[in-house]
Amino acid sequence: MSGATGRKSVGFSLDPVRDRWDSAPGWARWVVYLLLIVGALLLPAQAIGSFMAPSSSDWTAMLSDQIGIFVLLGLGLNVVVGMAGLLDLGYVAFYAVGGYTIAVFATKYHWSFWSTLVLAIVAAAVAGVLLGAPTLRLRGDYLAIVTLGFGEIVRLTANNLNYVNGPRGIQGIPHPPSLSEWTIPGLEVQPLKYGLLDSRPYYYLLVFFIVLAIIFVKRLENSRVGRAWASIREDEDAAELMGVPTFKFKLAAFAIGAAIGGSGGVVFAAKQTSINPGSFTFMVSALVLAGVVLGGSGNIPGVVVGAFLLSWLPERFRELADYRMLIFGLALVAMMIFRPEGVWPSRQRKAELAEGTGGMGSMGAEVPGPGTTAEVAK
Amino acid sequence: MLLEINDIHVHYGKIAALKGISAEVDEGEIVTLIGANGAGKTTTLKTVSGLRPLTSGSIRFAGEDISKMPGHKRVLAGIGQSPEGRGVFPGMTVEENLLMGAYARRGNFSKELAEVYELFPRLAERKSQPGGTMSGGEQQMLAIGRALMAKPKVLLLDEPSMGLAPKLVQQIFSIIVEINRRGTTVLLVEQNASQALQIAHRAYVLETGRVVKSAPAADLLDDPQVRAAYLGGGAEAQVGAPAEETPRDAAEAGPASEEEAPRGGAATGEKTPPVAAPTRVEEDDESS
Repeated sequence: MSGATGRKSVGFSLDPVRDRWDSAPGWARWVVYLLLIVGALLLPAQAIGSFMAPSSSDWTAMLSDQIGIFVLLGLGLNVVVGMAGLLDLGYVAFYAVGGYTIAVFATKYHWSFWSTLVLAIVAAAVAGVLLGAPTLRLRGDYLAIVTLGFGEIVRLTANNLNYVNGPRGIQGIPHPPSLSEWTIPGLEVQPLKYGLLDSRPYYYLLVFFIVLAIIFVKRLENSRVGRAWASIREDEDAAELMGVPTFKFKLAAFAIGAAIGGSGGVVFAAKQTSINPGSFTFMVSALVLAGVVLGGSGNIPGVVVGAFLLSWLPERFRELADYRMLIFGLALVAMMIFRPEGVWPSRQRKAELAEGTGGMGSMGAEVPGPGTTAEVAK
Repeated sequence: MLLEINDIHVHYGKIAALKGISAEVDEGEIVTLIGANGAGKTTTLKTVSGLRPLTSGSIRFAGEDISKMPGHKRVLAGIGQSPEGRGVFPGMTVEENLLMGAYARRGNFSKELAEVYELFPRLAERKSQPGGTMSGGEQQMLAIGRALMAKPKVLLLDEPSMGLAPKLVQQIFSIIVEINRRGTTVLLVEQNASQALQIAHRAYVLETGRVVKSAPAADLLDDPQVRAAYLGGGAEAQVGAPAEETPRDAAEAGPASEEEAPRGGAATGEKTPPVAAPTRVEEDDESS
């Protein structure tokens, strides 16, 4: 009975936007998709950069090293946390597996970028299955703890393994081969030439991966697989009783999420040309998870916005030095009080949260949310 | 026999929840398991539907040993369950919930959907409402309807009356009778023993993981021991568990004539026990 208003989200509702979108004709949607892609490709422009980045930092590098990677990782983690409802606190492990796979195979075995890319994605997916197979019998908080441990195991192993040079990491990872020397007329950008000086081609590569990931995940979401994930997220026992092979689908969520994370690791390693275990700390897992939850877990546009904000804001306000972490923390807390479902949640997810179990970490228990009684009493 | 439960033992960690339960359900029957909290009723159902692994013993369904079959395959074999606490998918609409019920099947479900909406007109009115925002009674209807979407041979119902207002309990039980009349076998777990015994053909009384009695339901309604322990009539006899363990019994037992009502009396909806001790009265949805 208490706090019937406590759950009420503050601020704007995106329902009108959603209704417009649902009733929009197919061509209108395609126009929006195209505009979004064009917008993403125009982001590195100097005019936008002068506002988005403080004068001292390189906006294009920020896009390729931070924002693009985070959005890609957010999309991958969203499959695990947002769609299947499995709380994964060690997502950085798959990012690391992707990065280390290309580092090892490119420097020691001289594989080409594109073949290591495929290999890294497969390796990350296998890592997802290896982690999932023994641990996915656990639920909620217990799963979170085990995945947290897995993230640390991968980092510590890399730190102590001589084969990958321990804490010094691997240097001399080749850039991807240039696909073309073609220059966009009037812009002096060679979008398919991967070198040391220009970050933009890597950003375009990330945009390509992000678009692929979005198409892939969106198609899954609307399929039998997506329905199975939604049912597991909402009530795992009931899902099994409906004939959903829950274990298989949870494993698939882990593998697909891991594969997307692995592809992020590959681009990261190829851009930096060197990696070391210090890039794969728990902080990365935590930030990506925060981005997913803040944006609206389970909803792709929300996750993209969330990951963008979380990677961009701390860089944008770099001049505030250590205070920005304090402000950042306060902002997250305020967000969870006033809009716990995230900036841009999906309608289904919102209904789940209102009911109380909320999917993430519910352990199958029926926990009445503050909003429940208000709904029933009506 | 459609379903044969053969001396099953089930453990939660080291604690034995079931210590050798045997029961049988024949095609077309309504069989009920009654007993106090912790007697093992829900665990028995979960074991039959595959949510709990067996320690020993076996379960046979339609002549086939399903003891090792994973839960999601048992749905296809013909076992449908409405779980304890209803287990409605809160974020999915009523219709999406029902379609999830048919997840394991392929093809066109419009006939089953129409049948469920006919059994539960209330659900038809609320097709596009999220499951989580419905009242307790509606969620129970949804859980039963969802289980029916898989066209089960046997329907396992776990405490369908839990937390519902007396009037609604009557309604749910009459629908169970109707479902059975249309050809679905029902295995019913209930704490509301008097209601369950009135609609069931046969009953098993469970106590601390064992079957202590099995008989036609009508006989158990007259059994002095059962009446003392579960129906709140007379203190002359004691079955192992003292009556206080089932506090709702005292309130549930109506006048003697009530308990001796002919089987199926509940289906007509004419006889309403004076009090059915609902635990969460505010969930009565008749007003909403």
